[in-house]
Amino acid sequence: MSRQHIISVLLENEAGALSRVSGLFSARAYNIESLTVAPTQDPTLSRLTLVTVGNDETVEQIKKQLNKLIDVVKLIDLSESFSLERELALLKVKKTDVMVQKIENLSAESLARVTDDTDDYLIIELTGEKVWLDDFLSSVEDEVLEVVRTGVIGLSRGERSLTV
Amino acid sequence: MELSGGEIVIQSLKDEGVEYVFGYPGGCVLHIYDAIFKQDDVKHVLVRHEQGATHAADGYARSSGKPGVVLVTSGPGATNAVTGIATAYMDSIPMVVITGQVPRPVIGTDAFQEVDTVGITRPCVKHNFLVKDVADIAETMKKAFYLATSGRPGPVVVDIPKDITDPNVKVPYQYPEEVIMRSYKPTVSGNIGQTRKAIKLIKEAKRPVIYSGGGVILGEASDELRQLCHTLNFPVTQTLMGLGAFPGTDPQFIGMLGMHGTYEANMSMHDSDLIIAIGARFDDRVTGKIAEFCPHAKIIHIDVDPASISKTITVDVPIVGQVKPILLDMLAQLKSLGETFDRARIGAWWNQIDEWRGVDCLAYEKNTDTIKPQFVIEQLYNVTKGEAFVTSDVGQHQMFAAQYYPFDKPRRWINSGGLGTMGFGLPAAMGVKFAHPEADVACVTGEGSIQMCLQELSTMLQYDTPVKVINLNNGYLGMVRQWQEFTYKSRYSHSYLEALPDFKKLAEAYGHIGMQITKKEDVEPALREAFSMKDRTVFMDFLTDTKENVYPMIEAGKAHNDMVMAPSSKYKRILA
Ligand SMILES: Cc1ncc(C[n+]2csc(CCOP(=O)(O)OP(=O)(O)O)c2C)c(N)n1
Ligand SMILES: [Mg+2]
Repeated sequence: MSRQHIISVLLENEAGALSRVSGLFSARAYNIESLTVAPTQDPTLSRLTLVTVGNDETVEQIKKQLNKLIDVVKLIDLSESFSLERELALLKVKKTDVMVQKIENLSAESLARVTDDTDDYLIIELTGEKVWLDDFLSSVEDEVLEVVRTGVIGLSRGERSLTV
Repeated sequence: MELSGGEIVIQSLKDEGVEYVFGYPGGCVLHIYDAIFKQDDVKHVLVRHEQGATHAADGYARSSGKPGVVLVTSGPGATNAVTGIATAYMDSIPMVVITGQVPRPVIGTDAFQEVDTVGITRPCVKHNFLVKDVADIAETMKKAFYLATSGRPGPVVVDIPKDITDPNVKVPYQYPEEVIMRSYKPTVSGNIGQTRKAIKLIKEAKRPVIYSGGGVILGEASDELRQLCHTLNFPVTQTLMGLGAFPGTDPQFIGMLGMHGTYEANMSMHDSDLIIAIGARFDDRVTGKIAEFCPHAKIIHIDVDPASISKTITVDVPIVGQVKPILLDMLAQLKSLGETFDRARIGAWWNQIDEWRGVDCLAYEKNTDTIKPQFVIEQLYNVTKGEAFVTSDVGQHQMFAAQYYPFDKPRRWINSGGLGTMGFGLPAAMGVKFAHPEADVACVTGEGSIQMCLQELSTMLQYDTPVKVINLNNGYLGMVRQWQEFTYKSRYSHSYLEALPDFKKLAEAYGHIGMQITKKEDVEPALREAFSMKDRTVFMDFLTDTKENVYPMIEAGKAHNDMVMAPSSKYKRILA
């Protein structure tokens, strides 16, 4: 059965390391929903989070192939255990009364806030789980002028962690 | 010791114990070539095309077990090397390829002879490096050799910008004793628990088959494989890449398996209840139709690469690690069992296999006037007493060589199995000759393939590496023609080669001996004559039957028990 997996990877912070990962996905026709990467506190390492959808065999192969890349130091599949995931989105909307009301409701739950208000245009910042962002965005589809999303990041809860 | 970058490259090769570098100079590697000029420990072989350099280094590596080394310039030098790098990659051959790059300040400016070598080669190397500082060259070279030769071996590219090889910039040099890479730790010994599970399956098996591949040769485990097979008395089949790890003349050997495998090997796979896969990767040319692959069997899979496990075929007992220690562990466990695994234990299975052997699937029409390609290979076997190193190109001739020349030793059969690269055979044969100067080396080729790297005949004269070229000249891109005959109702679209050169004269023009053999009765004497000329390259152009096909054949996407047999066989097509 096909399902979503969030894979967190510690990668050598070397030129070209990211292209090895993205190249692997395109060469082997694996699906990538999102991919985000940034250096960690240890400047020699980057942490990459990727979301992919596939059945168990395919995802198992993806993990093995990732591990086979020389620049991959370690990885975990966050979907295998209890984990926390977050994604950030920025969206631009026309400032209308209806919109302002919608956002106020959300702000109460600290899921959204207005980050910028210029010339009757608002930039709204949303944080939450990917599915939640998906839902919200489809509910305001007609009003949204522009959206940018960071892609999912995540950590496993409790003691389990990804470190070298 | 203070050395320039160019000198460090060569000194590193020396410290690695490298004997030969196969290469071709150009602007971005001139400093390195100047360093080569000033020493004679590392010998350079000037090929005629960079593809030839990579295949020669590859043939050297396959026949010796040592890594092959290549040196080419930036841009076209690097792109010409790509086919050979990909060839080595697909067959997991250890190779280090040093490519020149434009100077650092102009990288990314579309400078003269600039290509993104790291980008172009990324999908067909085990790893690659762009060295950015002269102080990093030695360590990068050490890493390259370590990666190329450990775990699942493969080619590694080291791209070196010209300015860091500048003879005027010297830095302290010390070649590292070892390198530790936190991100690379290949598995060595297998999991004992898994081996125990495997032994349990082996004990229960009624219709077992040992399916062994190129990994056994790469892992230097032929002796252990032989011991295991002889201890168990199980039938043994080998892949195209595995031939020679277990002796081809051993009564337990049931032939190669897969698309052009023997009837008995494929039928045994199909009916088996236990497959023991050792250093083999379930390639599509081996499995045929995945859904019908070994439908009754449990599968044990020994492989050094975890990503090979359950990639296309789901296995029951994976054992990840180096094949040699795993086989030794299995042998020890079998010994402590105290059971006998004689032939009688699986007597009914052997009887069945002997019945399949009775089909005589490799029989071919002998009462013809034409020279049959199979006959040439059989005579080659006789004349060389089965002791030659045989390289091949890609096509029907390759399959005939694999089927009719039984190899009793590992590293004797050298061909491009994974990528199927026409043009591989001749430069590879030259590489073999560098590794084994005293041995008989034959290159079995076709008139199509040989023209893809023919220029290396010139290199072979310069470096005096005598090889016997066995050109099975059928006037066709035979393997293509065969597929067109089978699946396109004999519409031979562009598989007929017109205007072929006179190969005899061509060989002579290159300073070698040329022969053309047109009669069946001349085949054996001509081979004897050629092999008696130990110090000459002889190009033997055999005009063979133009329409012969390779049988048996499992057509693409069909199952193991659905084979097309030779028309002369009373079976035609066997669908069991
Ligand atoms: C570089 C390359 N191009 C194309 C092919 C496809 N191909 C496979 S076999 C073959 C025919 C080879 O002809 P020849 O060398 O005469 O051998 P024969 O099959 O006739 O023995 C071709 C074109 C290939 N394997 N490699
Ligand atoms: Mg031909």
